[in-house]
Amino acid sequence: MAEAKAEEQQQQGEADGSDGASAPAEEDRSPEERLPVDPGEHHELPDREHCEEILRKMLLIRRFEERAGEMYTKAQIGGFLHLAIGEEAAIVGATLAMRESDYLISTYREHGQALARGTDPKRVMAELFGRQDGVSKGHGGSMHLFDIEKRFMGGYGIVGGNLPLAVGLGLAADYQETDDAVVCMLGDGAINQGNFGESLNLAALWRLPVVFLVINNQFGMGTAIERASAITDLSKRGDGFGVPGARCNGMDVLDVKDELENALRKAREDRQPQIVEAVTYRFRGHSMADPEEYRSKEEVEEWQRRDPITTFGDRVKHEEVVSQDDIDGFDEDAKSTVEEAVEFATNSPFPELDALYDDLYSYSGEEPGWYVVDERAPETHKGEELKTSSSDAMRELAEAGAAYAKVGDAEERRKRPDPEEGEEQSSGPRDEEGGAH
Amino acid sequence: MAEMRYREALNQALREELEADENVFIMGEDIGVFQGAFKVTDGLLEDFGEKRVRDTPISENTIVGAGVGAAMAGLRPIVEIMTINFSLLALDQIINAAASVRYMFGGQVGVPMVIRMPQGGGHQLGPTHSHCFEAIYLHIPGLLVAVPTTAADAKGLLKAAVRDENPVIFIEHEGLYGKKGDVPENGDASPMRFGEAAIRREGDDVTIVGISRQALTAAEAAETLADEHEIEAEVIDPRTLRPLDLDTIVESVKKTNRAVIVEEGWPHGGVGANLAALIQEQAFDHLDAPVGRVTGADTPMPYSKPLEQAAMPHPEHVVKTVLSTFRDL
Ligand SMILES: Cc1ncc(C[n+]2csc(CCOP(=O)(O)OP(=O)(O)O)c2C)c(N)n1
Ligand SMILES: [Mg+2]
Repeated sequence: MAEAKAEEQQQQGEADGSDGASAPAEEDRSPEERLPVDPGEHHELPDREHCEEILRKMLLIRRFEERAGEMYTKAQIGGFLHLAIGEEAAIVGATLAMRESDYLISTYREHGQALARGTDPKRVMAELFGRQDGVSKGHGGSMHLFDIEKRFMGGYGIVGGNLPLAVGLGLAADYQETDDAVVCMLGDGAINQGNFGESLNLAALWRLPVVFLVINNQFGMGTAIERASAITDLSKRGDGFGVPGARCNGMDVLDVKDELENALRKAREDRQPQIVEAVTYRFRGHSMADPEEYRSKEEVEEWQRRDPITTFGDRVKHEEVVSQDDIDGFDEDAKSTVEEAVEFATNSPFPELDALYDDLYSYSGEEPGWYVVDERAPETHKGEELKTSSSDAMRELAEAGAAYAKVGDAEERRKRPDPEEGEEQSSGPRDEEGGAH
Repeated sequence: MAEMRYREALNQALREELEADENVFIMGEDIGVFQGAFKVTDGLLEDFGEKRVRDTPISENTIVGAGVGAAMAGLRPIVEIMTINFSLLALDQIINAAASVRYMFGGQVGVPMVIRMPQGGGHQLGPTHSHCFEAIYLHIPGLLVAVPTTAADAKGLLKAAVRDENPVIFIEHEGLYGKKGDVPENGDASPMRFGEAAIRREGDDVTIVGISRQALTAAEAAETLADEHEIEAEVIDPRTLRPLDLDTIVESVKKTNRAVIVEEGWPHGGVGANLAALIQEQAFDHLDAPVGRVTGADTPMPYSKPLEQAAMPHPEHVVKTVLSTFRDL
C-alpha cells in the first residue's frame, strides 16, 4: 500500500510540473500519466461502524448499477442509462460529509446519489423501469430521479442545467436564515457550459452556501478532458469568479469526505461558495450505448486497479477494522437489496394512462380554464379531462398509443414478462434509433 | 377605483404581494438601484431592502434557474427579464426546468414563480428588442401565460400570478406601460383568476380576439366597423393564454359566426394559428367564413420607422380582414 502511495505521489509531482500548456501530447503519455489521481491526504480510518457504512453504501451502488445494466440489456429499462461504476467513492464521500438538511442536486448520472442519500432502492429501480412506484412515478426515468424527503433535489438531463438551480437552493437556504448548504454535482464536461460562470459568480456575489463538486471522470461522453478544457485543473476554474477550489482523490472515499467537509464548513460558516474537484474515472461507457472507442483498454485497466471499493476494502482489512468475511456479508446484503429492488420494480404496474396529464399543473379551486388542450383527437379536449370525462374515442386512442410500448393491452401490461426469462436484447438497434448520449 | 398607469398598477401589485408574503422576492437586472428598465419596480428597493429586491448580474439563464431552485425550496420568486428577447437566453431554464420540474419529478415539488417580461414593437428598437413571443411560451405545457392589456388586469393578474403554484410567464407590453386605466385600490383588489377572458365590447356580427396590446387595436377597429360599415364586433381579450378561456371565445363565435384573431407576433405557429385551429374544431358548423388572422409581418422587426410601422398590425388591417369575412363565398 505504502509503495503504491509513494508511486502515485511521484506521478502527481510530475503532473504538477507539467500542468497546462506544457503538458506532453496525449499520445506521449502512458495511461497512468493521463491525469494521475491526486493521492490526496492520508486520512485515519474512522471507527468500525463508519467503515461499515462506507462499504455498505459503495457496495450497494456498485451492485445496483451492475444490475441496472443487466436490466437494460434485457430491455426492462429504456432510454439512456448512465452508470457510475468507479465513481462510488466520490458519491459516498460527498454525501457522508453532508447534513440531512443539506440539499444535494446532481446530473443524470445520479442513481448512486439517490441511494447514498437514503432513497429506497426499490423506488429508484421502479423509476428506471418506468413504473408507477418509481420516485418520479415514471415521468422522469433514470436521468430524473428526485426525493424531496431526502433533500435530493434531482437528476437533470441537461448538462449544466442543475447549476442555476443549485444557486437558487442556496439562495433559499440563505433567505430562510437556515444554515443548510447545497452540494451541486457536475461533470468535467459540464464545467464548460456558460451556466458554470454565471452560477459561480452569482453564488459568490450573494455569498451563498453552495459547494460545486466536479466529478472529474476525465471524459464528457467520448471527449477527453484535455480535448475540451484548456485548463484541466478544474479546481482552479472558480478562481476568476471568487470561488476557491481544491482537488481531492476521487478514488479515496475518505479524501473526498474530508475535502467536502472542509468545503461545506467554509460555505456554511464563511458564506463562501467552494469548488471541489474529485478526480475519478468511470469504468463503464458513458451510457449503455457507448462502444468506448475513445480510450484504451489499458487505460481503463490502470484505473480499475484504483477501484475505490477494493482499495478501501483492502485498507480496512489491512488495518484489521473489518474482515473479509464482514465485507462478503455486506456484499451479500447489497446484492439481496438490489434483488428486492428488481423484484419490486418488476411487480410494480406501469402508470395508468390517465397519469399522462398528472402533475403537470397544480390546480387551485375550481378550474376555470383550459390548462392543457389536447388537439390530437377528433374531439379536442382539456388534457386534464382524460381522467374525469374522456370520451371513449380518447381512451381508445390513448390505449392505441400505449400499445406501441409493446407491453400489451391494459390487462397484459399488468403482468409483465419475467426479466430473468426475458430475452437478451441486443442493445444495437434501440441505441441507433435513440442515439447515444 | 383609482386611475393609474399600467406600470403603476404593476408596481402596486408587486408592492402588495411583497407586503403580504415574506417569501415573495423580486430579482432581475437593474430592478433595484436603477428601479427597472421600464420603472415598474420604482421605489421597491428603498421600501423593501436588498433581501427582497435583488439586483442581479446579466445572466438571464442563471437568474431564472436560481428562481426555479428557490421556488423548489419554498420561496416565491418574481424574476424580471428586461425584454422578452432576452428571455431566449433563459429558455433552457424556463422549459427544461421551470415548466418540467413538477411533472418530471412526479409532483414532489412545484415551481411557484413568476417571470415578468415586456414585449412589443413601436419604439424603433430593431430586431433584438421588439418582438412578441407569447406564441413561444403558449407552446409549452407546464407554464401559465398571462398577457394583460389594461392597468386593472395588469394588477389583478400579477397578484394572481404571484399566488399561483405554477410557473407563470407574465408578458407585459412596452407600448402599454404608459396607458392609464381604472384600478381597484389596495384592499378591495382581489387577485383575478387565470382563464377568464374579458369581453371588451359586445356585438353580434363578428368575434375579434385581440392578444396583448392588440386587444386595443381590435377595439379601435371595432369602432370603425360600427361607424363605417354597420358591423357590430364582439371584442374579446383572453387575458391569459394558458389557461385559455376557450369557452367564452367559442360561445361568441357561435353567436357571431365569424372570427378574426389579432396578434403582434409572427404568423407561422402563432397564437392566431393555434386559436383558428381550435375554433374550427369546436365551432366549424357555426362558421360562415374562414377564421381570419392579423399578425405582425413575417420578418425580424426593422428599425426604420415606416418599415417598423408597416410590420405591425393596425386597426386598418383588422377592418380589412373582418370585411373579408363578409365577402360572399
Ligand atoms: C445541454 C446538453 N448538451 C449535450 C448533452 C449530451 N450529453 C449528455 S452527457 C454529456 C457529457 C457530459 O460529461 P460530463 O459533464 O463530464 O459528465 P459525465 O457524463 O462524465 O458524468 C453530453 C455531451 C446534454 N445532455 N445536454
Ligand atoms: Mg465526465
